[in-house]
Amino acid sequence: MRIPLSWLREYAQVPADATAEDVMADLVRVGLEEEDVHRPLDEMSGPIVVGEVLEKVPEPQSNGKTINWCQVRVAPEGRPQPLSGEGIDPSGVQGIVCGAHNFEVGDKVIVTLPGAVLPGDFRISPRKTYGHVSAGMIASARELGLGEDHDGIIVLSTLGFSPEHGNDPEVGTDVIDLLHLRDEAAEINVTADRGYAFSIRGVAREYSHATGTPFTDPASLVTAPEANDDGYPVRLEDRAPIYGVAGCDRFVARTVTGIDPTRPTPPWMSARLRLAGMRSISLAVDISNYVMWELGQPLHFYDADTLRGDIVVRRAQEGERLTTLDGKDRALSAEDLLITDDRGPIGLAGVMGGAETEVSDATTTVLIESAHFDPVSMGRTRRRHRLPSEASKRNERGVDWEVADEAAERAVQLLVELAGGTPGPGITDVGTRPEPTVVELPASFPTALMGVEYTEEQIERTLADLGATVEKSTAAQPGPDGGAVGTVFTVTSPSWRSDLEIREDLVEEIGRLVGYDEIPSTLPVAPPGRGLTRSQADRRRVLQGLAGAGLTEVLAYPFVSAAQNRFFGAATAEEGEAQRMVHLANPISAEFGYLRTSLLPGLLEIARRNHSRGFRDLALYESGAVFLPGEQLGSASIPPLGARPADEVLAGLEAGIPDQPRHVAAVFTGHDSVAGPGHTPRTWDWQDALGTALDVAGILGVELTVAQGRHQAFHPGRTARLSLAGGDGTVVGVAGELLPTWLETADLPARTVAMELDLDALVAAAADVVVAQPLSTFPPTSQDVALVVPVDTVAGEVLATLREGAGELLEDIALFDVYAGPGVPEGRKSLAFSLRFRAPDRTLTADEASGARAAATALAAERHGAVQR
Amino acid sequence: MTETPQDLAETPVEQPDGTTEQVAPEISPADETAVGAAVEAALQAFAAAADLDQLKAARLAHTGEKAPLTLANRSIGKLPKDQKAAAGKLMGGARKAMESALAARAEVLEEERAARLLVEETVDVTTAVRRRRVGARHPLSVLQERVSDIFIGMGWEIAEGPELESEWYNFDALNFKPDHPAREMQDTFFVDPPQSHLVLRTHTSPVQMRAMLERGAPVYVLCPGRTFRTDELDATHTPVFHQFEGLAVDKGLTMADLRGTLEYFARQMFGPEARIRLRPNFFPFTEPSAEMDIWHPGAKGGPQWIEWGGCGMVHPNELRAAGLDPEVYSGFAFGMGVERTLMFRNEVPDMHDMIEGDVRFSQHFGMEI
Repeated sequence: MRIPLSWLREYAQVPADATAEDVMADLVRVGLEEEDVHRPLDEMSGPIVVGEVLEKVPEPQSNGKTINWCQVRVAPEGRPQPLSGEGIDPSGVQGIVCGAHNFEVGDKVIVTLPGAVLPGDFRISPRKTYGHVSAGMIASARELGLGEDHDGIIVLSTLGFSPEHGNDPEVGTDVIDLLHLRDEAAEINVTADRGYAFSIRGVAREYSHATGTPFTDPASLVTAPEANDDGYPVRLEDRAPIYGVAGCDRFVARTVTGIDPTRPTPPWMSARLRLAGMRSISLAVDISNYVMWELGQPLHFYDADTLRGDIVVRRAQEGERLTTLDGKDRALSAEDLLITDDRGPIGLAGVMGGAETEVSDATTTVLIESAHFDPVSMGRTRRRHRLPSEASKRNERGVDWEVADEAAERAVQLLVELAGGTPGPGITDVGTRPEPTVVELPASFPTALMGVEYTEEQIERTLADLGATVEKSTAAQPGPDGGAVGTVFTVTSPSWRSDLEIREDLVEEIGRLVGYDEIPSTLPVAPPGRGLTRSQADRRRVLQGLAGAGLTEVLAYPFVSAAQNRFFGAATAEEGEAQRMVHLANPISAEFGYLRTSLLPGLLEIARRNHSRGFRDLALYESGAVFLPGEQLGSASIPPLGARPADEVLAGLEAGIPDQPRHVAAVFTGHDSVAGPGHTPRTWDWQDALGTALDVAGILGVELTVAQGRHQAFHPGRTARLSLAGGDGTVVGVAGELLPTWLETADLPARTVAMELDLDALVAAAADVVVAQPLSTFPPTSQDVALVVPVDTVAGEVLATLREGAGELLEDIALFDVYAGPGVPEGRKSLAFSLRFRAPDRTLTADEASGARAAATALAAERHGAVQR
Repeated sequence: MTETPQDLAETPVEQPDGTTEQVAPEISPADETAVGAAVEAALQAFAAAADLDQLKAARLAHTGEKAPLTLANRSIGKLPKDQKAAAGKLMGGARKAMESALAARAEVLEEERAARLLVEETVDVTTAVRRRRVGARHPLSVLQERVSDIFIGMGWEIAEGPELESEWYNFDALNFKPDHPAREMQDTFFVDPPQSHLVLRTHTSPVQMRAMLERGAPVYVLCPGRTFRTDELDATHTPVFHQFEGLAVDKGLTMADLRGTLEYFARQMFGPEARIRLRPNFFPFTEPSAEMDIWHPGAKGGPQWIEWGGCGMVHPNELRAAGLDPEVYSGFAFGMGVERTLMFRNEVPDMHDMIEGDVRFSQHFGMEI
């Protein structure tokens, strides 16, 4: 909301020397946030004066253009030129080359003289052009920053400066003052609850609150006449109110006849509208906007001659259409509130008028609509038709019900005064005044909530300043110490403050008007806490551990394509398992409109980005949620606000929220370190990915089972499936080398490896209490064994078998060699294991160890056909 | 271990042809002058040895199988009986003198060799390579942990909730009325179909409601986490960002408690000079509401007020939605952006740096912020 200071000064006592910055600094204290300053003279300076064209000689040019060589008087004839400087002719007549043709000798125009600066740092100086020295410029609206109109230069008579208008400025008059450009606007951010502040009226009131200076209500300066039966017939017939609230509960209509459509908007008005951020369109439209800005009441003007029969305000019927005044033909919804006449819809009530009945440059009779609409209905229509407008902005936030007739009267006055109209005798005012909001406010409550000791006088005065009606009585106080008798204020909210509904709303008003700076500082003491929960601490240790292991943490967006989700699946899914995924209704990018089921697409994209920036050796990790919807997606209805839903209802909501386990994933590309003297780096391989996954489990004290895995995104022969070693063997992740053909298409280096784990599942599997293991101090006995097995036998399975077969004496076992070749039959391989035996209570004999080893190899022979080599 | 002359003396000299040869003595073991001269020559030779190899050569020359004194010693047996004892004594003295001189010299030379070896093994330490990659945390993660720890220190707990939320938790429970423009202040990602009433949470506030429903009152929780709004990525906006939100509900809490908590927190984060300023604002879930500015003494470009977040007293409708009686309990809540905090605290100039995953960004910070 932009506030031209000259306008604000009409109703608030803003010091003459106050800048927009000063005004914003005052307003921010009452909660109107500063946004920007608009000050035309920051970009523009004189001399810019009224000139009269004395001579205009067209000179055709070789480039096909015709320019005019003009002599323009810029100082009154017979008087000396008061200005001086390079290029300013002491005679008071300037020679100027002008490319425009929309003026005649004798016209008064705007001359920017040498030394002037125009918006865009456009400096005027005498310059040689087309064989003349052009000492200045005859200005267009665009060059002066007054609008986009570039059809030609400004002829002052078109702005209403002429003898016929009784307003004929003398040659040499300063144009900056003539056009009211010596003004500035403060732009403030109005919060969603304060519709009343979308007006000069509301902001002037807030300025008075902020500074303690008097305020003149612009509505009070207008006296609306009583309604009568001669007005334009209007009926309010909303048969489908939303939440039981009538779409329109007041409709004031006034008629003004005999309007002169050729009258221009006076410069003072267009200057204010321009500073307020609105384009000047025509006098009638400008007046409706001006009144809206001043009083906050959106108005609509109809060309009364185009109306057919009674105006009826009603909901749309299915199939109805309306061409709005932006020229768009719109299909209407049954929920849209309409203004209609005998032909059907003529406007989307409170949002945008229809094209057929809009005022044009031939309109002589205007019907003014000043109506009060239901904010909810307004918002829905605006959203449905994507039609944000200044009118809908105000109507959605709630307009003062009481100001409708005054706003209409103000518009009538301006149409009479500026457009030469005559007020029609009929005055329509239909509707029902809503019940005012009354709030009971115990005098102790503001202090109880704000922690500031407010006196009863302070409370009463502040609420009265707001415009509320306050009555004082004595009653029992509510609250934990309820029962005590004290003062209670019965507060009737002002009609323009539909946002003041409960006592807390009033407390905020008291707090902000007395000042938030009054709030003291106390530090509440929380009950003793438990610190991080075990799982929170576990997750931190994993993230910290991975960084300690040399990986770099990154954070990717969770938005992926359907194809990425299908390819990467969920790390814990079985191959080929159908993948449900969440699709966003309004994604930033249609392609990446899904929520990730795996961290890998995002992580690999980041790897690719780093590659393109020249970083080829990477070890990246991320931890974050993946989104795994189940059968039920969301819930069809949601409970109302302001009450605790029943447990079943909450459980129903919960059931519709997709699982969002936190995963952790890592990607490795290139080398493990940087080469240097005496150091050859190693290329990351599948074992690094797997090892990192096992490290994560190790940090949590969880044992994982590694098995040959299959995953469409991974190399079919170099993929490990990871599952919990205990419990039901839940699959918790995958690790290995990514699919080589995919890496090629994805512009990632060959042999890129990755792993992903369900971190939540691992954390949940971590033991609550880790039980100590007895440490035997007797010496160990080590023995090796080499087993020949079919070449496709999985070593891990053989190892598990040996462990099982060796029994309790086996302390540790490791695979130390895999061999195929001479000495081993074709189609078989040799696996060499070292076994370490130890007893808890004695020194083992060689025979005992050999016996255990024999039992192990026997089981391996049985299960895997292993033959001792 | 250096071999002693004694060992050598008692070992017959191994000849190339495998025989041991007895060589006639050149000096008599009884000739005191000759023995003395031979010992003196040996001592001089040992002292002159410049390294262990030369010392070995000198040792062989003076105490070896064919050395004059060795031969003389061996010939004691051939002396007349009455000279044997004196000769034995003379030769013993000679052997001892040489042994100790040899050992002393050997020790000196070994020390010299050890010292030389250390000098020779000198490396240029500036040529070292980092054989192990250096890892790093993401600063946004570290900052959330830092903030969490401050509140844990105050006895608060960390609450968490889903990023994909029911609309009820994200809006209705927090007193966002249906159709109120406030719902649009937070440009929301909706799940397809919209009838599922699921959204990507636009703030961490739904966690407040979950915390109250789960724990009842009193409750003091901090809720850090990821949040989403449909902003296009630019230097100061990102559709995916992080917030931390605090909630305290107890008997008798006031806006003064809110200010005190924020001030304490601000001083922990920005030093003892940090201050808080509250300005009136509007949020559906708090009443009264305030915008919070922080006086940041270390700000780039000099100390200044910086807009940090929103706060206020928990709206009674929110307490009711959690089944708490607003006549008994009151509470306050506040929320700040993690990215924004990192931007002004650590002078991060551009949002892109935080979200693109460029390893240089995280690695510059390492494990700390």
